[in-house]
Amino acid sequence: MRADFINPFIAAAKNVLATMANTTAEAGKPGLKTDRCTWGDVTGVIGLCSPGTSGSMLLSFSKGAILSVVNQMLGEEHDSINEEVADAVGELTNMITGAAKNGLIEKGYKIDMAIPIIIQGKNVQITQIANGPILTVPFTIPGGCFVVEANLVDHK
Amino acid sequence: MSAGKPIDKNIPVLIVDDFSTMRKIVKNSLKALGFNNVSEAVDGKEALEKLQNGEFKFVISDWNMPNMMGIDLLKAVRSDERLKALPFLMVTAEGKKENILEAAKAGVSNYIVKPFTVDSLQEKIQMILGK
Repeated sequence: MRADFINPFIAAAKNVLATMANTTAEAGKPGLKTDRCTWGDVTGVIGLCSPGTSGSMLLSFSKGAILSVVNQMLGEEHDSINEEVADAVGELTNMITGAAKNGLIEKGYKIDMAIPIIIQGKNVQITQIANGPILTVPFTIPGGCFVVEANLVDHK
Repeated sequence: MSAGKPIDKNIPVLIVDDFSTMRKIVKNSLKALGFNNVSEAVDGKEALEKLQNGEFKFVISDWNMPNMMGIDLLKAVRSDERLKALPFLMVTAEGKKENILEAAKAGVSNYIVKPFTVDSLQEKIQMILGK
């Protein structure tokens, strides 16, 4: 697995939040995820698949962060992670993955994406069939933090 | 909106997307542009039923949806004698060349790639409804 595959996701996350939520996201230093659990209060998960490669992208928000983003996106005031907020996480996961695709294609990953699922709660165990190292990138936005986590595993 | 024929903003518009967030974003964007007669459908199947039973003048549809994808909705609309000329804007998260070609072949009026601004949506609408 080449670590530079995370770069299109970083660029996409910044672009999507800037465009749809008028929010500037500052990326921190990428690292390797050391557990297999959800990081934030609400997490979008999307499967990624291409010939010879599979993996996933997770977009995980703290409560403060996602409420800030959703309130900006929709022009509404949400104060808890309800069904609408969870739905927004799914759409953000969809958009960021879609926006990352062209960058991934340039790196040789011609991926197809599934429809995202949303998980509510921190430290929810996730078992992935494509069991490879997961890169994680922390971001800071007004209201809190979120992480983008992704892995792409080459099948032998 | 700039050049082209004046657009009737009272026309009934149907927004189709399985994510309520996206339906709301498009609805809010349309409202900002002066379109207030907007209905929603959660997938292509529901959208087709509403189109066949209603009097919509414009469809804005997501590509990737359960039950019936946007491309299949488009093909069904273009095959329906009553609906075949309906202006149809496809919304896609991917901007995949093969998808755009398939949509063009199926008769899409135009497409827009997420994320998009209200200004970008306005340009696309002008290109479709203002000609």
